[in-house]
Amino acid sequence: MTHVIPVFKREFLGYFRSPVAYVFLVVFLMAAVGLAFFLGRFFDAGQATLESFFVFHPWLFLFLIPAAGMRLWSEEKRTGTIELLFTLPLTTLEAVVSKYLAAWAFLCVAIALTFPMALTVGYLGDPDWGIILTSYMGSMLMAGSYLGVCSLMSALTKNQVISFVLSVIVCLILLFLGWSVFNELLEAYLPQFLADVLANFSFITHFEPFTKGIIDPSDVVFFLSLTGFTLFLNVVALER
Amino acid sequence: MIEVSNLSKSYGTKPAVSGVSFRVQQGDILGFLGPNGAGKSTTMKMITGFLQPSSGTAKVGGIDVAVDPVGVKRQVGYLPESAPAYGEMTVLEFLEFIAESRGFRGADRKAPVERALRLTHLITVQHQTIETLSKGFKQRVGFAQALLHDPDVLILDEPTDGLDPNQKNEVRALIKELAQEKAVVLSTHILEEVEAICTRIILISEGKVVVDETPAEFQARQPGARLDEIFASLTKSDV
Ligand SMILES: Nc1ncnc2c1ncn2[C@@H]1O[C@H](COP(=O)(O)OP(=O)(O)OP(=O)(O)O)[C@@H](O)[C@H]1O
Ligand SMILES: [Mg+2]
Repeated sequence: MTHVIPVFKREFLGYFRSPVAYVFLVVFLMAAVGLAFFLGRFFDAGQATLESFFVFHPWLFLFLIPAAGMRLWSEEKRTGTIELLFTLPLTTLEAVVSKYLAAWAFLCVAIALTFPMALTVGYLGDPDWGIILTSYMGSMLMAGSYLGVCSLMSALTKNQVISFVLSVIVCLILLFLGWSVFNELLEAYLPQFLADVLANFSFITHFEPFTKGIIDPSDVVFFLSLTGFTLFLNVVALER
Repeated sequence: MIEVSNLSKSYGTKPAVSGVSFRVQQGDILGFLGPNGAGKSTTMKMITGFLQPSSGTAKVGGIDVAVDPVGVKRQVGYLPESAPAYGEMTVLEFLEFIAESRGFRGADRKAPVERALRLTHLITVQHQTIETLSKGFKQRVGFAQALLHDPDVLILDEPTDGLDPNQKNEVRALIKELAQEKAVVLSTHILEEVEAICTRIILISEGKVVVDETPAEFQARQPGARLDEIFASLTKSDV
């Protein structure tokens, strides 16, 4: 697995070699903070928590992670560099994992850069730092699962627009399954247990506990296994 | 060093390569000829392990590419058609990445990268990003990348494409020099190139080997005729 290092490095630094990374970071920060302030009424709530900030992450990720992940494999296919990558002495799994980890590290940087939000809350009040920490963990884990889906979709096509649209659609489904409005709708038409099973596949259902300070192993397992599964399909899609 | 037997590849139902077999020994420079769409690039992609054959086997240094693709990739230097590279990197960054991926870590990277830069005359542009290079220079970056780890086998898909006449001659001389302890397969549309450096010619047409002989034997098919006339008479079926 030492083969992972060069590709990871190239890929991660690659983000910063083009303006795309900086544009992405600025948009990400503005959207994350903007949603919390304007939709989440961050200040009006009068509480020293970041809940109104984290509650939007599943929605924010819905568009921003496909935007970051759409080029992952599509670009390699379009420019032909995939031929270079797959004639270097590394396995498909190693290539998939190293590119995935680089993109995930980049997203984690973006998420970590919102930390001034936490500092603001800490300055204005007396927040529960444990909850803030678990919320960040949950957010990064969830970002990983979104990215797994996006990486898989981008391996299916050399067209970045198609890759983006497919990713948004699949992520939207995974998101909607746990959205309360949609859930009530499901429960009205489906037997309770089926609605529950479906809701169990949602990002929101598994993310919410983190924002309340709870690390439930089953939520961690959900995100990790969803990521693992999409990466497995990613390898299959590339070897086909 | 390279053993290809009965290699076939279809895209969907359309055959691109059907039943190609040949061997290449150390010291050989095999010239791959054939009209556009004959299946030259497809055959090369299968030998390098980038594409899986529909049937047949390709072995490099005794290793079957279907069994141990990484083992084959370690021994092969490959220049893909139109020399793809990561455009946002500088030439030096790119070659350092290739060196690292090929197992040269830290300070060990320096020597092979410098050798590759020197052999392909890229020292003056080493700090320029690849996307800003002219076509010929991009082609040289692809060539540098292929020979960086001093592989036993070189597979070059149109290596002189886009080079100026001086560079063409340089590259041919370089290939000839390197080939003494390597096996080389190159594809080209320049028939003089074959005459100048190749020790063997394979002509493929519609996915099948039509000719496998030395340049002298090829010329002897029609004494006095130009090579392109012989080429035309052997491949005119698709006109
Ligand atoms: N990805 C692909 N999907 C479908 N068909 C393909 C694909 N790649 C190549 N082909 C077909 O396979 C055949 C062989 O193509 P190949 O690229 O090997 O030709 P070539 O001999 O290298 O031609 P050229 O001299 O133009 O480089 C062509 O008919 C081509 O259309
Ligand atoms: Mg070709």
